[in-house]
Amino acid sequence: MAFTPPKETNTGKVYSVTIGSGDAAVTIGGENVLPFHGFEGVVPNKPAIAFDVLDTAPVDWPDTVREVYAGVSDDPVKWAKHCVENLNAKAVALRLSSTHPDNGNRSAAEAAETVKRVLDAVSVPLIILGSNHAEKDADVLVKVAEVAKGRNCLIGKAQEANYKTVAAAAMAHGHMLVAMSELDINLSKQLNIMITQLGFNKEKVIIDPMCSALGYGLEYTYTVMERIRLAALTQNDATMQQPILGDVGMYVWKIKEVSASEEILPAWGAMKERGIGWEAQTAAALLMAGAELLIMRHPEAVAAVDAFINELM
Amino acid sequence: MLIIGEKLSIIAKRVREAMMRRDKGPIQEIAKAQFEKGAGMIDANIGPAEGAEDLMAWMVTTIQEVVPAPVCLDTTNYVALEEGLKAHNNEWGRPLINSTSNDPERFPILELTAKYNCDVIALTVGKGGLPADAEERTEIAAELMGRALEYGVPMEHIYLDPLVLQTATTQDQALKVVQAIKMFQDLNDPPMKTVVGLSNISNGCPKHIRHILNEHFLTLLIYEGLSAAIADPAEIITTVKTVDILMNKTLYAHSYLEM
Repeated sequence: MAFTPPKETNTGKVYSVTIGSGDAAVTIGGENVLPFHGFEGVVPNKPAIAFDVLDTAPVDWPDTVREVYAGVSDDPVKWAKHCVENLNAKAVALRLSSTHPDNGNRSAAEAAETVKRVLDAVSVPLIILGSNHAEKDADVLVKVAEVAKGRNCLIGKAQEANYKTVAAAAMAHGHMLVAMSELDINLSKQLNIMITQLGFNKEKVIIDPMCSALGYGLEYTYTVMERIRLAALTQNDATMQQPILGDVGMYVWKIKEVSASEEILPAWGAMKERGIGWEAQTAAALLMAGAELLIMRHPEAVAAVDAFINELM
Repeated sequence: MLIIGEKLSIIAKRVREAMMRRDKGPIQEIAKAQFEKGAGMIDANIGPAEGAEDLMAWMVTTIQEVVPAPVCLDTTNYVALEEGLKAHNNEWGRPLINSTSNDPERFPILELTAKYNCDVIALTVGKGGLPADAEERTEIAAELMGRALEYGVPMEHIYLDPLVLQTATTQDQALKVVQAIKMFQDLNDPPMKTVVGLSNISNGCPKHIRHILNEHFLTLLIYEGLSAAIADPAEIITTVKTVDILMNKTLYAHSYLEM
């Protein structure tokens, strides 16, 4: 008798979510099984990867990843176009770093102008992120949401301290929302509840349980993501059925493992390969935990993860 | 755990009067309120309904016009019961008959259960009076299961009911009911489903302490694996949600009671 592998089926399902507009829109989620368990149920969409683009030339990125964008990183429009046209980016994450009070403190109006220029230049879905300064983000993201009206962008990050303002802006202008909590599954659920209690559509939220790099607490992120997915699937918890975001690049490209040269630490091997591998490996782990959307930096790491996804689908 | 809303009972004056007048208003209002509070099924208790063979069908239709849930048909009137089953919309689940028992007079209920492919509550009492302890309840349950098989009723269509007795008169019975819930499940694989008429535990007690007895008793029963309770959803929903949290069946969030 032929062997029949046992199948685990679930009562819950991840919401299928579309980011962006027009032909370039990207749909993620929709599965009713654990990541890549297509043999047990339905996995209608591949996870998506967005390229990280800053609104100001990066000064603190290690050479490995900074050099790749030399010549375009002085202008977010050039940078975004380069990602789409030369690196085949399916989505772009525009990070408004220079609005941070300690990093240029650009105004909301300036940020809105940048967003408008980038939106005019590329048609792929845009993820628009503030500078992770809760108070300033509330100000910036309101203006930004307005100029991006009609493009169904993913805006964030809404967190406990500013979610009312940010969610209201996203709702008013038809955008989706990143809901971020700090590595705490219960607070992640609580934030989702509070956002939906404002009247925000629960199927337009993406969960960001906070990322971390391999070697720097990845197992915490992994566990939280995994438990969110299990609550969604096995407990059919409607407050936890949103796709999950892994904001990988920014956590990987600041650790010593990606910037310590082989002259200093010969035992660690070639620095460039090490850095790319570190980003790809962190991303792959989070895909296994349940992430459906990744923000990454190095094109070679993106290519490796893309190949990994295609292999498993 | 499934909450079967108990409020549509002929014992309540307002409900009785609405039934007599065939006035849909109050029936639908009460059914909707129970559904919104968390009932997954609505009990329609019309009593013996002598000379009102159409009443159950009217109740089922009236309830399902406003509530997308199955109905628990609670009557001793065989004809009215069958009419009710015919009227039932199975879109949201099978109807549940309340109830059969080990009294031969109640065996025809099993025939209806099989004929209409519905669920049935099997009270673990026989002709010989009330069961003394958990073991006796379990023996009767086993006999009832055998009887159900003869009639072609699948085991997963049966809810075993250990018969909750009043704390105020038979205090030692509460724990025996809790034990029975545990023992019933072992009678089959997958485990047998179980149900109680919860408020019986506080029958005869002063009104202001009844909900306290009901809720604490329910906690013990859920811990032992109770599948369903006929109860007032508004009264027990907090307990049900909280026990789900403590038993790690729902993920905790500060606002869990609002969900």
